[in-house]
Amino acid sequence: MTDLSLGGRTRPDRDRVLRLLQDYGVHLGVAVLLLVNIAFTPHFLSAENFRTQAVQVAPVLIVALGMALAIGSEGVDLSVGSVMALSTSLLSLYLGYGMWIALLVAVLGGIAVGVANGALIAYIGVQPIVATLALMVAGRGLALVLLPQLKDVRDPTMASLGSGDLLGIPYLVLIAVALALLVAFVVRRTTFGRQLLAIGDSRPAARLAGLPVRRVLILVYVCSGALAAIAGVLATARLTASDPTSLGNLMELSAITAVVVGGTPLSGGRVRIGGTVAGAVLIQLLTATLIKHDLPPSWTQIAQAVVIILAVYAARERGRR
Amino acid sequence: MLSVTGSAGPPVTGSAVLSVAGLGKSFPGVRALDGVDFTARAGEVHALIGENGAGKSTLIKVLTGVYQPGEGEVTYDGSAVRFATPLAAQHAGISTIYQEVNLVPLMSVARNLFLGREPRGRLGLIDFRRMHREADEALRGLGVRVDVRRPLRELGVGAQQMVALARAVSVDARVVIMDEPTSSLEPREVATLFEVIRMLRGRGIAVIYVSHRLDELYEVCDTVTVLRDGKVVHTGPIAELDRLRLVSLMLGRDIGDVREEGLTKFSGRHDADSQAVLEATELTVRHQLDGVSLTIRAGEVVGLGGLLGSGRSETAKAIAGALPPDAGRVVVAGVPVRTGSTPAAIRAGVSLLPEDRKAEGIVPGLSVRENIALAALPGLSRFGLVDEARIDRVVDTFMKRLRIKASGPHQKVGELSGGNQQKVLLARWLAMNPKVLLLDEPTRGIDVGAKAEVQKLIDELAEDGLGVLLISSDMEELVEGSDRVVVLKDGAVVEELTGDAVTEDRLMRAIAATPAARATTAVPTAPGGDDD
Repeated sequence: MTDLSLGGRTRPDRDRVLRLLQDYGVHLGVAVLLLVNIAFTPHFLSAENFRTQAVQVAPVLIVALGMALAIGSEGVDLSVGSVMALSTSLLSLYLGYGMWIALLVAVLGGIAVGVANGALIAYIGVQPIVATLALMVAGRGLALVLLPQLKDVRDPTMASLGSGDLLGIPYLVLIAVALALLVAFVVRRTTFGRQLLAIGDSRPAARLAGLPVRRVLILVYVCSGALAAIAGVLATARLTASDPTSLGNLMELSAITAVVVGGTPLSGGRVRIGGTVAGAVLIQLLTATLIKHDLPPSWTQIAQAVVIILAVYAARERGRR
Repeated sequence: MLSVTGSAGPPVTGSAVLSVAGLGKSFPGVRALDGVDFTARAGEVHALIGENGAGKSTLIKVLTGVYQPGEGEVTYDGSAVRFATPLAAQHAGISTIYQEVNLVPLMSVARNLFLGREPRGRLGLIDFRRMHREADEALRGLGVRVDVRRPLRELGVGAQQMVALARAVSVDARVVIMDEPTSSLEPREVATLFEVIRMLRGRGIAVIYVSHRLDELYEVCDTVTVLRDGKVVHTGPIAELDRLRLVSLMLGRDIGDVREEGLTKFSGRHDADSQAVLEATELTVRHQLDGVSLTIRAGEVVGLGGLLGSGRSETAKAIAGALPPDAGRVVVAGVPVRTGSTPAAIRAGVSLLPEDRKAEGIVPGLSVRENIALAALPGLSRFGLVDEARIDRVVDTFMKRLRIKASGPHQKVGELSGGNQQKVLLARWLAMNPKVLLLDEPTRGIDVGAKAEVQKLIDELAEDGLGVLLISSDMEELVEGSDRVVVLKDGAVVEELTGDAVTEDRLMRAIAATPAARATTAVPTAPGGDDD
């Protein structure tokens, strides 16, 4: 029984504050960073700058959407960075057959990795962290076998996909926003989304309720793989080059950070897409702020670490309730 | 050092080795032990029994240093002691063999036997040759022949248990505690185990034996202590306590008590169809079920009786596809169902309300609404999109019909009371329009008012034509709620009580019956409830 005699008034208040902080802290963080930058960073408030920030955050956000699904199912997908590399290799290999075919092949590559991840997890019972670690290593290796070194991508359609815009909004940003809306819709409105949350919250209960646990898990990792492949394609278009050595390096960590900071608990059962978007933006703004104030890049990583710890702390405090 | 046949000093039979007096232990909201006196004597096999929540595990954990006593004291070897950790108890000479083997699966059998006290050769290196030889001898002494160099995990569970036992008896133990040691053993291994236990007794070791298998208790134990609700209700020589009395002590129901009708909310008998809605035939699961067959007709409640560990939950799970059987068939409304698949069982119309409501039933983080709609979701969707309006209607209907008390459909299920959680689970299954409901302890851990409501609901459901399988440790509930009671013991059906034979008395007799006397007391009656 909880002791209500001491601080009986303050505890619920503290709980409420923590809950609000976990649910909306990330949005608050974004707002604070925006205000700080508007006040102190020269040339921050310009269309050009916002455009740059948005284009840079788009691939991270797209990967994080898939990661949110994996984490919501009480799993994780470490292979996303390698899937980006694989998709850029496949893209430049098949570009000779036309852009659309190359795009299709690249995304199919991501789906194939997702099927492999899902099958290992759902049928063989390998822990998600181990299964996707295996594919993380294998995927990067395969990408380098397919395309051993950096190769320029000289396709006009690709170039316009990477740098073009519609009514001043870059295609990359439009695609990222569209995908975020799509994933949010999937989580909220589809049978798959509901089943995913139930499986993430209580796998034994989901199983006894007759849910198609294996099918749902495979689909989760297929979504994550496909989204990572799309992110790889878009990053390639923006850089107008395929670089399987470095593309997507440490992307899994950025994506996990965005998801966790956005309030999706690592224990599964909950997926917050709005929070994930804000989480990705927060990390991007944090990086930009530190760079613009001439702090070394290593500071960015330390700042990221602090944000992750704060987010996990808030989640843990709440879980203890 | 590891010889099991040698004697460890002169056996001092009869003197108290380990005892507790006035032992009390509380956990938040639970009084687990209350004024417990218990004495384990040298050269004596002492049975410790009781149903769920009786306090056996807590008592053992206090004896082995896992928990500290709340009140009272532990006396070991004539002086008051306080074991700060399980290791301290082990060093003092108290060995415990748990139900689940707690050894290192990847290490060799010999390494496991000698873990922490390996024989050393020159330079302080492990003398593997000696270790392997002594391990081999020790296991042979227990009738186990295995290659002691192989990793432990390659052995069967029974053999692993024997390794644990060999380890326990080889460390100069004065007290050996065995927690359901036979639950995963073959009959041949059980015989070996009993020989070892008798040998331990001969060496003056005090053995504390926890089991639910009555036959075993009478075969191997000298003394018995029965716990119920944290208190000792009986202690004395087992030979002086007949089986029926033992069962009635465990269950807390007196033989020959005038049955007070109307304490439960059950109306009594139902008019069952003559047609079987569920036929389970010869369900067999290794170590758990031994050819269980039962039939449920539409509109009747069939009770499943038996002690803890008799295979009641396993039977329900095997029928519901949650426990893949090694053999056996399940037929629902004349159509065979693929066993070992929950979705297949659910499609056929079989729904299970699991015993562990919190871990296997509810999805605590989701709302009442999502929990109710969970199983029926595909049917409430179109092209993979959830039809919210239809879900709202279904949820509204069942929240009203089952009188679910929540602040609203969007409250998290984890925040509801136990009774309301149970109703949410019932709603989840009723939304599937099932033919058979398997209810495993549907009223356990819920308050009296909610209990009555759930009992009334079960009645109504049977009247509506569902076939219901009711598992309950509450004898009164089982007897008053069921039209027939199938009695299980050690994973097999020992008797079926029908008609007027559905009484607590008969049920306890069936549970207590010796193997030879089984199956002769069934009263043949016409199929179906024919009263009222």
